[in-house]
Amino acid sequence: MAVIDQSAGARWRWSVLDLVVIVFALIPVLWIASLSFKTPATITDGNFIPREWTLENYRNIFNTDQFVRALINSIGIGLISTLVAVVLGTMAAYAIARLDFPGKGLLIGISLLIAMFPQVSLVSPLFEIERSIGLFDTWPGLILPYITFGLPLAIYTLSAFFRQIPWDLEKAAKMDGATQGQAFRRVIAPLAAPGVVTTAILVFIFCWNDFLFAISLTSTERSRTVPAALSFFQGASQFEDPTGAISAAAVIITIPIILFVLFFQRRIVSGLTSGAVKG
Amino acid sequence: MTTQIGQTAEKPTTHRVRAEKKAKVHLSEGKKAERKLGWMLCAPAAIVMLAVTAYPIIYSVWLSFQRFDLKFPDQREFIGLGNYVTVLSNQYWWTAFGITALITVVTVAVELVLGMALAWIMFRTLIARGLVRTAALIPYGIVTVVAAFSWKYAWTPGTGYLAKLFTDGAPLTERASSLAIIMLAEIWKTTPFMALLLMAGLALVPEDLLKAASMDGASGWQRFTKVMLPVMKPAILVALLFRTLDAFRVFDNIYVLTAGSNNTSSVSMLAYNNLIRGLNLGIGSTMSVLIFIAVAIIAFVFVKLFGTAAPGSSDEGRR
Repeated sequence: MAVIDQSAGARWRWSVLDLVVIVFALIPVLWIASLSFKTPATITDGNFIPREWTLENYRNIFNTDQFVRALINSIGIGLISTLVAVVLGTMAAYAIARLDFPGKGLLIGISLLIAMFPQVSLVSPLFEIERSIGLFDTWPGLILPYITFGLPLAIYTLSAFFRQIPWDLEKAAKMDGATQGQAFRRVIAPLAAPGVVTTAILVFIFCWNDFLFAISLTSTERSRTVPAALSFFQGASQFEDPTGAISAAAVIITIPIILFVLFFQRRIVSGLTSGAVKG
Repeated sequence: MTTQIGQTAEKPTTHRVRAEKKAKVHLSEGKKAERKLGWMLCAPAAIVMLAVTAYPIIYSVWLSFQRFDLKFPDQREFIGLGNYVTVLSNQYWWTAFGITALITVVTVAVELVLGMALAWIMFRTLIARGLVRTAALIPYGIVTVVAAFSWKYAWTPGTGYLAKLFTDGAPLTERASSLAIIMLAEIWKTTPFMALLLMAGLALVPEDLLKAASMDGASGWQRFTKVMLPVMKPAILVALLFRTLDAFRVFDNIYVLTAGSNNTSSVSMLAYNNLIRGLNLGIGSTMSVLIFIAVAIIAFVFVKLFGTAAPGSSDEGRR
């Protein structure tokens, strides 16, 4: 296997393996998409491909306040958490990658501990603390834990990226007469940007994904995000099955993930792997 | 990838040389400024992380020593280890603990094997490498609750294609089949993550070493066990550690698939139920503390296995 085998047989074997992976990865996604396009009459027919197609489920969820509010909450909370976590994470990662100071190991240790922290252990105390200081069921009430758990991810990924930047270029630029600010903007920022973008995507995916905090620290539409709202979905009337509505909402919140994966596959893979190898 | 390896290998020495050079200057102005800048840059992140985890977990310990039921707030009182006795002598707790341990062991073991295969495919495939990696990232990125609903409907009698193909009954109403489906959902969702971490390890295996082994007549299996596995060991341990701790927190899939019915609750599910449904802060906090301790023990055992290569053991060589 060390010898690259380009023969037709090898290509054929790889095609089969690739196909298995792709089918394995996509089937559950295609299934929920298929459900979302089924009409109420055919939704319980158990067919993988819809017999009758409709957009009714999508029209219905966008007509309910419940879903639209939840979508706004998800986007708002996700973006704010990501922004803060990436800014704070960039500062810390820069210090870790570039500066020499005591306590560095401790910070790395803390972030590692938090990355492994059982989130459910925070649910009870945060529930009580947030209730008493009025953060329960508010955006900041979710943003705070998201920042906290996004930070270790940001610090790891970014410090791995920052270590690969040829920082000598900065010195070279300054020697050529650039100011500190210019050297940063023209030389370092463009090199660091891909790492920051990748990190932002990973942190956003984490926030977008969270269910435990979302369902424990919210109680109304005011701050409930889509994953939490899904489990409260009802049909248009109480006799109606919510399957179609849930499926449609599920597809909507999967779209950003698919877009990230399609456009940033290479970056996401390198972000996750480089962070992992270097601890 | 190869350039990265070179850097990791060089890093400790360059770092040490630099540190020695600095030690000679003995805390010059520049050095002091560097320290200060380092602390200032790290402070916000450190403060947020500690404020949102350390303080609540200590508060949680304090709550766990109290009888504190939000339905009967007047009866709040300090009862020492009373809650711990209640929880630890409760059969639901131990059932949930067993379920959690079972799910953790089975899913991580299966994921290690599947993840290794997937990592190999993503790393080596001759065709459509980008496509395979993109497809594999979808389970990683997808919202767990969305995937859980997909599996739930797939196994719902009447609605689901899998229920139609494989069974006449309702698999999510029986304990064994529910657990199997929960594990299936977990494995589907997290194998790609495992595979990515393992792929990082695969990238570290020197091509020349494999070639040499191959020329010396080593079989494919021997090359795997004798050459690749030893090089990949750190990556494998990191992947196992992350996935084990992650699997131990299993919640989303169970919430959607069974809501813990038919004794399929994990410890996270049970703690959630006691807190949010039962509004019993004392018992909920006690479970929080116990789960925290369990996770700490798992992490400790892994760190012992890692030895000095443990990430976060603050050895500079690792960074």
